[in-house]
Amino acid sequence: MTQVNFSMEELSNKIDVRSFVLKNISPYEGDASFLQGPSERTQRLWELCKEAMKEERENNGVRAIDNKIVSRVAAFDAGYINKEDEVIVGLQTDMLLKRAMKPYGGYNVVKKAMSEHGVEIDPLVDNAFSQYVKTHNDGVFDAYTAEIRKFRSLGFLTGLPDNYARGRIIGDYRRLALYGADRLIEAKKADLENITGPMTDATIRLREEVAEQIRALGDIIKLGNKYGLELNRAAENAREAVQWTYMAYLSAVQDQDGAAMSLGSVSSFLDIYIEKDLTEGKITEAEAQEYIDQFVMKLRMVRHLRMEAYEQIFAGDPTWVTESIGGMLADGRTKVTKTSFRVLQTLYNLGPSPEPNITILWSDKLPRGFKEFCSQVSIDTSSIQYENDDLMRQNRNSDDYGIACCVSFQELGKHIQFFGARTNLAKTLLLAINAGHCELSGKKMVDGIPVYEEEYLDYDKVVEYFKIAMKEVARVYNESMNIIHYMHDKYYYEKAQMALIDTNPYINIAYGIAGLSIVADSLSAIKFAKVKPVRNDIGLAVDFKIEGDFPKYGNDDDRVDFIARDVVEHFNQELDKLPVYKDAQPSLSVLTITSNVVYGKKTGATPDGREAGIPFAPGANPMHGRDTHGALASLNSVAKISYKDSQDGVSNTFSIVPKSLGATDEDRVNNLVATLDGYFGRGAHHLNVNVLNREMLMDAMEHPEEYPQLTIRVSGYAVNFTRLSREQQQEVLSRSFHDRM
Amino acid sequence: MQQDLRVHSIESFGTHDGPGIRMVIFLQGCKFKCLYCHNPDTIPFDGGLFYKMEHLLRRAVSMKSYYGQEGGVTVSGGEPLIQSKQLLPLFKALKKEGIHTNVDTNGRVLNSNTKILLDEYADLVMLDIKHMNDEWHRKLTGVTNANTLKFAEYREQSGKPMWLRYVLVPGWSDQEEYLHELGQHFKDYKTIEKVELLPYHKLGVHKWKELGWEYKLADVPENTEEQIKKARNILSLYFDNVKVN
Ligand code: SF4
Repeated sequence: MTQVNFSMEELSNKIDVRSFVLKNISPYEGDASFLQGPSERTQRLWELCKEAMKEERENNGVRAIDNKIVSRVAAFDAGYINKEDEVIVGLQTDMLLKRAMKPYGGYNVVKKAMSEHGVEIDPLVDNAFSQYVKTHNDGVFDAYTAEIRKFRSLGFLTGLPDNYARGRIIGDYRRLALYGADRLIEAKKADLENITGPMTDATIRLREEVAEQIRALGDIIKLGNKYGLELNRAAENAREAVQWTYMAYLSAVQDQDGAAMSLGSVSSFLDIYIEKDLTEGKITEAEAQEYIDQFVMKLRMVRHLRMEAYEQIFAGDPTWVTESIGGMLADGRTKVTKTSFRVLQTLYNLGPSPEPNITILWSDKLPRGFKEFCSQVSIDTSSIQYENDDLMRQNRNSDDYGIACCVSFQELGKHIQFFGARTNLAKTLLLAINAGHCELSGKKMVDGIPVYEEEYLDYDKVVEYFKIAMKEVARVYNESMNIIHYMHDKYYYEKAQMALIDTNPYINIAYGIAGLSIVADSLSAIKFAKVKPVRNDIGLAVDFKIEGDFPKYGNDDDRVDFIARDVVEHFNQELDKLPVYKDAQPSLSVLTITSNVVYGKKTGATPDGREAGIPFAPGANPMHGRDTHGALASLNSVAKISYKDSQDGVSNTFSIVPKSLGATDEDRVNNLVATLDGYFGRGAHHLNVNVLNREMLMDAMEHPEEYPQLTIRVSGYAVNFTRLSREQQQEVLSRSFHDRM
Repeated sequence: MQQDLRVHSIESFGTHDGPGIRMVIFLQGCKFKCLYCHNPDTIPFDGGLFYKMEHLLRRAVSMKSYYGQEGGVTVSGGEPLIQSKQLLPLFKALKKEGIHTNVDTNGRVLNSNTKILLDEYADLVMLDIKHMNDEWHRKLTGVTNANTLKFAEYREQSGKPMWLRYVLVPGWSDQEEYLHELGQHFKDYKTIEKVELLPYHKLGVHKWKELGWEYKLADVPENTEEQIKKARNILSLYFDNVKVN
């Protein structure tokens, strides 16, 4: 069964992990009964981690910060939790949960974060970054136009990665294990040789980038040396494969502090090595589980230094170590292996956790045993999310991909993404009603939209003006993105990750929108009821009077659901027309992370009856409390948003009380499986699943100390509930928890 | 109006009324008046709203992707089989769509329409047994249990699947001897796939007040874990598959 070829001969021509996986994978069709609990060593280590996390919580969310060393690959000495117990080694710094400065994204942000935690920056570092070193943030603001600044500061564009690292890029961390750094350097050198004149901008830039990558691979070898690991060569057994893969990832998070730094899809790759060692009797199942438990434990300990304001858009200190498991191969076999189960088992062995952000690539054809185990894990931990593998595999033409950040497809080692946060579509709609003026500040944002004179809003006219607004907002958004990614490449290039990716990858630019449900309901109100804007003395609509009822998004009613669908399609088409840096291909997400709260704050009253300042629904979710026709009707509405118009992902968060899923444990497991099959069977893209009682969350708000590991899915990722701000906790509680209806 | 169904309410994500995920249509009207009825507002015949068969069918079909291997549509109530005639076209259409059908009934009605429904269109019947002792049955429901037992016999002869459901009311329907009697009576039935014990709860009490009816079980406590376990153990002597819902 296992035909691992550890001699590199067959592999030596091309860097090609997928073929290796295809050739050697052992799909597993059974159930979870083989799984083992945590080893004593693992338990001891996890106790130390829990203590460290407690200290972190008690110390305003940060255990320690290094104020001298500017982080890069191998900048720190080796760090351990407790060396004797560690079968998988490596920490970001020389101490558990100690955070490091990575000022190349923006020095002011680092300075602010340090001062918020009362840590003084070493004068040498301060001097260098205040006087001599230019950062990504500096570069962006040199190039930003007055118009972009205005859109940004008034909340039309929010959370742009212009003062922090963009993240989103997934290195193919498996490459280090399969080939070793020496072989990867060789391949990159060969690539570099082939990048020749004429020396255009693009060619020069690429040559410089590859040279950086080669240097980073050298640093990775040095990092290995610090831990006594020969990363220059390929991994030779299961423990090494796990260790090498982790070191590749560790290099990335030493080099960068991107918003989301995802892992990809490593489990079934690692399974090949584990399966071989198991078959040859070199290790036991308990040891296999120990490798995975400790690997995952390390992933849970990844930290970045953030300033407090960052919490508003990305609450709960997330790192998005997204690991995608499951899915099917193009040849019809499943990618589920025993190690897919082992990764899920960590949620029992170490308890629930938001990280790594475990994402199940769901297919109708997944083995039943795996489906049931996933469902059980969701019911028990609310820690995992689901994405439609059939949809992505077929639409994106790849069966070897990971999910970047929350919901976004990325072919491993072949694609990257330029992350672009999101634009506020609800505010954009208000531009149509306010003659192109910001509804709060009154500032003129967009030209060409006539003053709306009639007493009642007319659907056709509002849509016509809205289209003008979308076109202009798309233009400004695109301009800001081009500047951001140009500068990020220039000042904070992801050399360690790009070293593990093909030299000239396909690039998606990842745009996003927030406020879809508000826009859909607003347009529905205008179309099916009568909506009268109440204008202030300078003519801005500050409130809306609605006469009559109207269909609301979230009730499986085509009249309004198709409005939502069409808005996404239209905005995506507008973005599609615009030129992008490095010829990246546009893609769009309907996703908010936790920024739906701050977006709400920055948005005035809307024609759907939402008052000024009220939070948006997260992602593509219907507005809180408006999906009154039950859980399935709500899911059906979201499923109508077309993936082809939003290939960066359509996020939906589904919360249900345990009892509603069924009377017995078996019923609950089966009914959640049926729900997922049903939802994805309709072509839906993503689903967060929470199986929780509202009462428990309320109790956790009052007694956070009793719920140190309470995990809840928010919008494409999971957070530790007790680490959310009170405001965000309340917003979570205000969402629809589907009860029996 | 003749063909329309008088509906009390619809639940689109039913997970407690038959296998899998189900759309549950609660029909209006019942000739029992069980003292513990937790949907007493479904008892009167004059309430509810009329729905066209086509409307119900369309809604059922729109949820089809979630039914999977097991789920489907359940009609409950009230007592759904009082509207057997109107249910026939709906069930016919559901079968045509390949949707699994289930009737949750107290078994009082067994007319010619009911028989066609049972023989040809109801994939599953969940028969609510209120009590094995006729006197107690009358006390609890106001009517005899003879019809219900006859109904069970009829379904058994059809050879098609049936679940029994039994609400366990402390002091009223949890007497050991009658639980044994229930077991004895049904133990040789071949069509019984499952016996569901439904613990007694008071979630519907406020509805009695709203209707201006006296709730006679006000002093009856909810079951203890112990009581449920005991009843379950007794029934397990006779049936392979006893579940607490
Ligand atoms: S048979 Fe059912 S609906 Fe009728 S009264 Fe009894 S419990 Fe209520």
